[in-house]
Amino acid sequence: MATETLTLGKALNTGLRRALENDPKVVIMGEDVGKLGGVFRITDGLQKDFGDQRVIDTPLAESGIIGTAVGLAIRGFRPVCEIQFDGFVYPAYDQIVSQVAKMHYRSQGKVRIPMVIRIPYGGGIGAVEHHSESPEAYFAHTAGLKVVTCANPQDAYVMIQQAIASDDPIVFLEPKRRYWEKGPVDLDAPLADAYPLHSARVARPGTDATVLAYGPMVRTALDAATAAAEDGRELEVIDLRTLSPLDLTAAYESVKRTGRCVVVHEAPGNLGLGSEVAARITEECFYSLESPVLRVTGFDIPYPAARVEEEYLPDLDRVLDAVDRTFGW
Amino acid sequence: MAKGDPGAATRSKRAAPRTRRAAATGEPELVQLLTPEGERIETALGPDGTEYRVDFTDDEYRGLYRDLVLVRKLDAEATALQRQGELGLWASLLGQEAAQVGSGRALRAQDMAFPTYREHGVLYCRGIDPIMPLGLFRGVDQGGWDPNEFKFNMYTIVIGAQTLHATGYAMGVAMDGKTGGEDGEAVIAYFGDGATSQGDVNEAFVWASVFNAPLVFFCQNNQYAISEPLERQTRVPLYRRAGGFGFPGVRVDGNDVLASYAVTRHALDTARNGQGPSLIEAYTYRMGAHTTSDDPTRYRIASEVEAWQAKDPIARMKAFLLKQQIVDESFFAEVDEQARTESVHLRERVLNMPDPQPVSMFDHVYPHGSAELDEQRARFSQYMESFEGSAH
Ligand SMILES: Cc1ncc(C[n+]2csc(CCOP(=O)(O)OP(=O)(O)O)c2C)c(N)n1
Repeated sequence: MATETLTLGKALNTGLRRALENDPKVVIMGEDVGKLGGVFRITDGLQKDFGDQRVIDTPLAESGIIGTAVGLAIRGFRPVCEIQFDGFVYPAYDQIVSQVAKMHYRSQGKVRIPMVIRIPYGGGIGAVEHHSESPEAYFAHTAGLKVVTCANPQDAYVMIQQAIASDDPIVFLEPKRRYWEKGPVDLDAPLADAYPLHSARVARPGTDATVLAYGPMVRTALDAATAAAEDGRELEVIDLRTLSPLDLTAAYESVKRTGRCVVVHEAPGNLGLGSEVAARITEECFYSLESPVLRVTGFDIPYPAARVEEEYLPDLDRVLDAVDRTFGW
Repeated sequence: MAKGDPGAATRSKRAAPRTRRAAATGEPELVQLLTPEGERIETALGPDGTEYRVDFTDDEYRGLYRDLVLVRKLDAEATALQRQGELGLWASLLGQEAAQVGSGRALRAQDMAFPTYREHGVLYCRGIDPIMPLGLFRGVDQGGWDPNEFKFNMYTIVIGAQTLHATGYAMGVAMDGKTGGEDGEAVIAYFGDGATSQGDVNEAFVWASVFNAPLVFFCQNNQYAISEPLERQTRVPLYRRAGGFGFPGVRVDGNDVLASYAVTRHALDTARNGQGPSLIEAYTYRMGAHTTSDDPTRYRIASEVEAWQAKDPIARMKAFLLKQQIVDESFFAEVDEQARTESVHLRERVLNMPDPQPVSMFDHVYPHGSAELDEQRARFSQYMESFEGSAH
């Protein structure tokens, strides 16, 4: 049987394995990705099976990881870089936004950087500082990069392979607190038939209001929809999946039907993805909107100490509260 | 303590060729004053011929031993607290006590330290309440002490970042004219072997060198960066890197508290006298896991751990104290008892550490607040109050 129940983490591991099998030019590189299998074990067993030339433990230097991957990519490899935690991507930030993002443009299309930068991101695991951040807006703001995030094991398995196969440099955000959540994964469906990488998807159909979420917040939005249904309100949940480019076709269609929209993300609200989404939906769906597009986000503070992160992170109640407000307008 | 005079350096090098020292320790160019068996070495030579020695009173020897034991015990208590779910994470210093106590005790009151997340022993030597770092690892704050009061900066989790802060601080010391004599200020930056791969650390080397900053780079080479062995970071002994940046480097036996003290004291004095930065590589071993969420059985073998066990920093100090008849057995019992009492006390206080008020997360974002944030705080408070009496 082709469909198995896997955790999101294991689905990524299996997707990476497939990519290594299918293309000898794929190399995985990062800190502790070899023997240890990564601190989240996403690369578990891969070095054992593919060797240390394909699964490379790098020196402890993020700028080095990304910068050398640029060179490898120019040389014809397809590097898949692991940044150990969201808060450690910044030493590599210069390489990513100044170099990775611009090579194709500057060379008038002659140089391709088919690189994937995997980053476990977001909070909710009780970690110390620098281990719970949501840096997506920094990258989404940079033209030339693509930014995607998966929310369930099936997408994790497929999207990581699609990202590796893509000729674009892709920042691949992994919702770390969902690593251990299980779901069905169709392991045998051909990649060519898979749902396209840069497109949003309706995660739960509904009629009364539209909730847009991505990554770790999709689960939260779905839980909110379940709770709302008990109160007789049908929320449509859309998993954005792709943050740059943003695919809002499903969102426009949905909001035109429901007339109400709530955008949810963990990152601080100020200039977050939600701002862009709200602006575009307002432009596109203005005459259908019954109320302003609302955002449920983290606060505009540095990610707080773990013992108050439950209050920082948008949860089911805050989503439902926003939904209530869109109805109260 | 030797002076940084190059003439003297050459002379002493001739007087005692370093090959002899190398044979004695099996580790080339390792400054050592106390062997794993507890034998005292009167004078050790650095790679540039600097002579290292210590001249402690019996009381001071006892004090160092007490520090080592206390620091290990408090660390063990924190590890236990993590296992029992009271801390989210703990980065243990087990095995690195001598490097930390030796260097920590070598600091003078006016010196400033920039630690990583593992410098609990240095923190202890700076007179900071050992409960302080536990708040960070418990998740109730992000490290609550006053760096200026204790001359000990906040823990730094992003690898290598603090070496640049230390360099800038040291440049400031020089710009303030606080170098050039015995009462000058010096700065010490702690980091690991893995950190030496970071751009920041290499940039710190460059800056410290060209600005002649009064700074000691103190690298605890504990052989691993999480799972990655030293060979994944470097092909040359780390202390030798210093030469390429234009300042002296020395490798010290990091399990030897006396040598760690002597080497650090010398480097700090050199810095405070206006003679610029230096790099110390404290050659040691991380006896436990990288942190409590790590599984070292995946990447290292038991025999390696056993070999380092034989070099234990506390055991050799104990052997020395007994051999020299500086103490009798009752001293050890008394120190153990003190360590036990302090760790019990620490445990009680950790268990009583309250969770922060959720609304406090809005504090201290800006020194003078912001209207925008005040509004978010007010809305948040209102929202939280709407749950009053509910199950939330
Ligand atoms: C910039 C950055 N990258 C990655 C990490 C994750 N990380 C935490 S500790 C560590 C290993 C550090 O090794 P080393 O510098 O040798 O210090 P040690 O912990 O062994 O004392 C890594 C990779 C980090 N904290 N910061």
